Amino acid sequence: MSTATLQVTTPSDREIALTRIFDAPRRLVFDCFTKPELLKRWGLGPRAWTLTECEIDLRVGGAWRFVMTKTDGAEMIMCGVYREIVGPERIVQTERFEKPWYPGEGQNTTTFVEAGGKTTLTVMCLYDSQEIRDTVLKSGMESGASVGYDRLAEMLPTFAREAES
Amino acid sequence: MQPFGYGQSIPDQLNATFMALADPTRRAILARLASGEASVTELAEPFAMTQPAISKHLKVLERAGLISHQRDAQRRPRRLEAKPLAEAAEWLENYRKHWEAAFERLDLLLEELKAAELKAKRKKGK
Repeated sequence: MSTATLQVTTPSDREIALTRIFDAPRRLVFDCFTKPELLKRWGLGPRAWTLTECEIDLRVGGAWRFVMTKTDGAEMIMCGVYREIVGPERIVQTERFEKPWYPGEGQNTTTFVEAGGKTTLTVMCLYDSQEIRDTVLKSGMESGASVGYDRLAEMLPTFAREAES
Repeated sequence: MQPFGYGQSIPDQLNATFMALADPTRRAILARLASGEASVTELAEPFAMTQPAISKHLKVLERAGLISHQRDAQRRPRRLEAKPLAEAAEWLENYRKHWEAAFERLDLLLEELKAAELKAKRKKGK
């Protein structure tokens, strides 16, 4: 149905960016990122996790809080505050975990750009320092985004071949 | 954006691999070794670095299991150990797929929302 693929890049040494095109007008995509009843329907996370609680106070200074529950019962709680809301174009929000696994707060800027009925979504994740971003990367967040993923990808065919031999 | 790896610990091996890959010199060394084994002197050549500095990088790579060297040969050439890299790459791809899977669910939801809007519009038009 869709040929869209998710792109992951590192625009600067403190950032990670995810980009994806959706075949829908941006007001719908925006709704899917800001309305709890819709967010719960697409999950927002890896498959084994379900978004079980979702509170959104969509105004500048308003809080958001998500509770993700894993099939084995494990819970993950993340929350933050909205810094900027320009519906249906742009959201800036802070992010932290109730059991923090990286120092400080992350800041996510989500933009929705519409062209010809399709929406390009970009999520830019900004951290306080390169060190923190790298901590995030090393601990699992789309390590592919950085730590030389692009270079790694270039070398992959070689590595894969050698692993087989 | 929430991390791809939340709630799951990363195997030590992968951590070591990513740490080792975080440095441009080490990536360049790996790229060089991808085209065949080389001695420390040969590896140091393209870099404006002393041999001890290069040796330090080689140690990190070796500890991460990304390279190895033959003990008996006089040149002690370094060679690439591809398996951990292939594993790391596979793991990264898995994560990208996780997100892709979530976004595919969003694709479906958007189709539903579009259809519902169209239906509502038609009803209104009648």
